[in-house]
Amino acid sequence: SGRTGDGGGAPRPLYMDVQATTPLDPRVLDSMLPYLTACYGNPHSRTHAYGWESEAAMEKARQQVADLIGADSREIIFTSGATESNNMAIKGVARFYKSRKKHIITTQTEHKCVLDSCRSLETEGFRVTYLPVKRNGLIDLKELEAAFQPDTSLVSVMTVNNEIGVKQPIHDIGEICRARKVFFHTDAAQAIGKIPMDVNNMKIDLMSISGHKIYGPKGVGALYVRRRPRVRLEPLQSGGGQERGLRSGTVPTPLAVGLGAACEVAQQEMEYDHKRISQLAERLVTKIMSEVPDVVMNGDQEHRYPGCINLSFAYVEGESLLMALKDVALSSGSACTSASLEPSYVLRAIGTDEDLAHSSIRFGIGRFTTEEEVDYTVQKCIQHVKRLREMSPLWEMVQDGIDLKSIKWTQH
Amino acid sequence: MAASSRAQVLRLYRALLRESQRFSAYNYRTYAIRRIRDAFRENKNIEDSEKIEELLNKAKENLEVIQRQV
Repeated sequence: SGRTGDGGGAPRPLYMDVQATTPLDPRVLDSMLPYLTACYGNPHSRTHAYGWESEAAMEKARQQVADLIGADSREIIFTSGATESNNMAIKGVARFYKSRKKHIITTQTEHKCVLDSCRSLETEGFRVTYLPVKRNGLIDLKELEAAFQPDTSLVSVMTVNNEIGVKQPIHDIGEICRARKVFFHTDAAQAIGKIPMDVNNMKIDLMSISGHKIYGPKGVGALYVRRRPRVRLEPLQSGGGQERGLRSGTVPTPLAVGLGAACEVAQQEMEYDHKRISQLAERLVTKIMSEVPDVVMNGDQEHRYPGCINLSFAYVEGESLLMALKDVALSSGSACTSASLEPSYVLRAIGTDEDLAHSSIRFGIGRFTTEEEVDYTVQKCIQHVKRLREMSPLWEMVQDGIDLKSIKWTQH
Repeated sequence: MAASSRAQVLRLYRALLRESQRFSAYNYRTYAIRRIRDAFRENKNIEDSEKIEELLNKAKENLEVIQRQV
């Protein structure tokens, strides 16, 4: 319970959609408060205490972000979020090196902003290879190696997928790219602060970071840009030359401070959170699968982040199940594509049947998720899956032993 | 542990839990209570007085964070 936006007294739904966004951690809010109230200076003002204190806070935040990923603070650029960071990294690197390099490699399961940036580069004359993924959602390293061309400038592969939670073999990809002297960019929005990331260990050259996925504020993110060996970028946004000329614009001190604090808290809590979230995820999946047959977990069982669980419930329409689970905030497919009724391109890429793709729900478990919330969600899910299946003629046919694929549907 | 610092730890622990109960948001309230209990339990066998002082200071800071938001 608690205040709802509509001013009514109705209890709020349980929040199980952490891949879409996360609540602010109270420690993060606390760090931001001074910069939202008394300390409102522009961090680029050089001539007075308002500016100096704001700049000090910004630089402290920069260091906190760097510490989380094993980088130098000079390699961290503040942005408006991971979408901007992805745009900057992909378009920036491609355009800077375009006189000699015209090819980019990415995967079919990347976030829309990565795919769209690549598509826009194609209209500029670049060639892009969109690597397919295996049924488990992971890329085939041999296919990656085969995809390199003499003029490849960049490889972009996300660390943890936001829809199905699979974790790509970042170490191996880093090795492969470094050996061929091709820059490696990873969208780590769903990974940082949740699993250990080290840019040197993993041979990452560019990394996108999102504030609101790690209990930080919305509207801020960062881009890690390696200095040794130097990665050059053509900036997207022109102006006063802030952020080493790579991203002009006043850095929003309260948001940057929040991002820094979120990173520091995540570093401290990573082990505790991971252990708890793994236990809750195991609980959710085991309970559902033991009560309900014909449930598929999408994505590799082992190479995954436990807090992102995507399940397909055969013979149940995903939207109906979501609507039935009205007390639980969930999604099927990512928030960015939910306006259209198309099934998720990520599920299509891993070879999920059309009907199973429409039957998928994503469960998100995070730092603040309770055991009670998991149990309630499981109970309601089991209840409604059973109910919806009872009403389904398809399910009845399956129970009678009919192979649905053999049916010849008549045209009307 | 010296008697006075044991009392101090217990005082802080109770204050933290009491303040945490005042979070109106379910998820913040449950997290704070759970995290506080687990953190104190995890550190209950620490003997080094410097480490104890460091942890107590952190606990005091966290208490102030909570007090500013409940």
